[in-house]
Amino acid sequence: MSEKRKAPGMPAEGAEQNPPETLGLELLRKGLAADPEYRGEHPEPRFFITDEAEDDFGGKTMTLNLGPQHPATHGTLRVVLKVRGEKIVAADTEIGFLHTGFEKLSEHMSYQQWVTVTDRMNYMSAMNNNVGYAIACEELLGVEVPRRAQVIRVILSEFSRLADHIVCNGLAGMDVGAFSLMFWAFERREKVYDLMEAVTGTRLTTSYTRIGGVFRDVPADFDSMVKNLVTEFRRFLEEMRSMTIGNRIFEDRMRGVGIISSADAVNWGVTGPILRASGIAYDVRKAAPYSGYERYDFEVPTQEGGDSYSRFVQRLEECEQSLDIISQAIEDLPEGPVLSEDKKISLPEKDEVHQNIESLIHHFKQIMFGHGILPERGREVYSSTESPNGELGFYMVSDGEMNSYKTRVRPPSIFHFAVLPKLIEGLMISDAVAVLATLNVIAGELDR
Amino acid sequence: MGTPLTPEQITERLSKQFGDELSVHLPPGESAAQVAIVSRESLENTLSFLQSEAGLEFDFLVDVTAVDYLHFDDPSIQERFAAVYQLYSTIHNHRFTLKTPVPEDDAWVPSAVELWGSALWAERETHDMYGIRFKGNPDMRRLLMPEDFPGFPLRKDYPLRGRGERDAFPQYLDSGPISGGAAEEGGGG
Repeated sequence: MSEKRKAPGMPAEGAEQNPPETLGLELLRKGLAADPEYRGEHPEPRFFITDEAEDDFGGKTMTLNLGPQHPATHGTLRVVLKVRGEKIVAADTEIGFLHTGFEKLSEHMSYQQWVTVTDRMNYMSAMNNNVGYAIACEELLGVEVPRRAQVIRVILSEFSRLADHIVCNGLAGMDVGAFSLMFWAFERREKVYDLMEAVTGTRLTTSYTRIGGVFRDVPADFDSMVKNLVTEFRRFLEEMRSMTIGNRIFEDRMRGVGIISSADAVNWGVTGPILRASGIAYDVRKAAPYSGYERYDFEVPTQEGGDSYSRFVQRLEECEQSLDIISQAIEDLPEGPVLSEDKKISLPEKDEVHQNIESLIHHFKQIMFGHGILPERGREVYSSTESPNGELGFYMVSDGEMNSYKTRVRPPSIFHFAVLPKLIEGLMISDAVAVLATLNVIAGELDR
Repeated sequence: MGTPLTPEQITERLSKQFGDELSVHLPPGESAAQVAIVSRESLENTLSFLQSEAGLEFDFLVDVTAVDYLHFDDPSIQERFAAVYQLYSTIHNHRFTLKTPVPEDDAWVPSAVELWGSALWAERETHDMYGIRFKGNPDMRRLLMPEDFPGFPLRKDYPLRGRGERDAFPQYLDSGPISGGAAEEGGGG
């Protein structure tokens, strides 16, 4: 076994006794092959590994773990690389470190309770998950949402998208050596969190939406807070642009790595900024507008390159569009209730519960038996929204009980991460980091 | 973008092509979209028809998942599982849902990996959670659960917590497996 420790890329003695296959992923994955039941008609877990790649250098390969604990994974992901020197000849991934059984929980919690669980999926933009889930439930129940609640949802989810995009870009900068970009991005994200805190009471796990609206109205100075933040963000985006676009080192690292062609992107189920960076103008906000997005005048920018650099630029341009949407939405924030007037759907005010028998009954019945939040038996919906990472879908089946019979979350990240091994094969290890950064894989929604 | 078709128009096109092999299910409630149900024998043909037929051109497989109808009291549902396919067309901007009944004792469906790359991990996760095998998928490893995990956690007879859930991890218990749990009767499933 001692020849394994030789420098990578050097031909080792006795290579015949230790063919390269036994040193790679196969060895690492040996435990897998123990049960032939799972292997089906494909006994070898050799996905993405080609025999040609073995012979390119004539030397030995080394297996290297990128993650689960690695600063570039931004979460708990494991990428197993088979490298020759610095070059990746094969890659495999392992996920599930953050698997928490959210979908199983949905079968045991009431519809309203599960809102808190959606926060924990894409924790970078919890608001978008809240909104996506609430819309799916409303579709399941056929509930109307007051106009004011819709606009508040739009404003906050666009801010959430901004925070997600700039942090992703900031971290991408950090991963290729522009460390200050990350600090700048996090500073601005804190400003978004200040707004979230003022509105929802929490910074990270917002749990703001309820079925039929949002749980409370925005504070009195919401208008000025939003407008100040928009101005600040426009300046910040300009700063981020000037720091990166045209920066020789940055462009050299980001251009031409991790290219996804538009045909591949569609075939591989890639959505969101990554799909649009490959030239497909698919955005759920335009294709199937929800929550009143059809009222706002915004564009769906696309890039041609499909590489890491395109994805970086794409996120910057989407930030501009988000700011445009927010500016329009805040101008036309109507007065009115923020939660459905139907007392079978929304919990009555606490004062009312204490003083009014009908409200008390509504409250009790809703908490104990679901009350109005009992979708028709056999009803099923697939509802999707545009989360910062792409299409966030909820497929829900109801059996008429107060908890859902099945809730499937279609997270965008899982499809993006599935593409990673294809993208990084043949690149250098440091390029793999640049690719992973712009895919913005969030472990929470990847594993659920 | 072309003209989006409604699910009704799509099922009409499908039944013209496949006739008896296809049945259409309309979930209750207003604005419910029609769902097509095909047998797993004709699933491959139906999927490739949906992908390649002019006017339909579903080039985007959004999601694959399954439903366990074990506790779902509906006489029209014959088999325990159903595999569910969500399709989208970036060309025509229309969506469609397709279902295939899967029996419990012989739980497999043909894989859609040849048609859409996105099926690879979606099917892998469905297998991991429900124990439905996708024949033709080159990577049927566990995705989210540990490699040596025996059960299928999203099946309805897999408990949320307590006995049966702990038994799925006998290797982590000091006292060894607990007898009488769900894991012993039929592999945790």
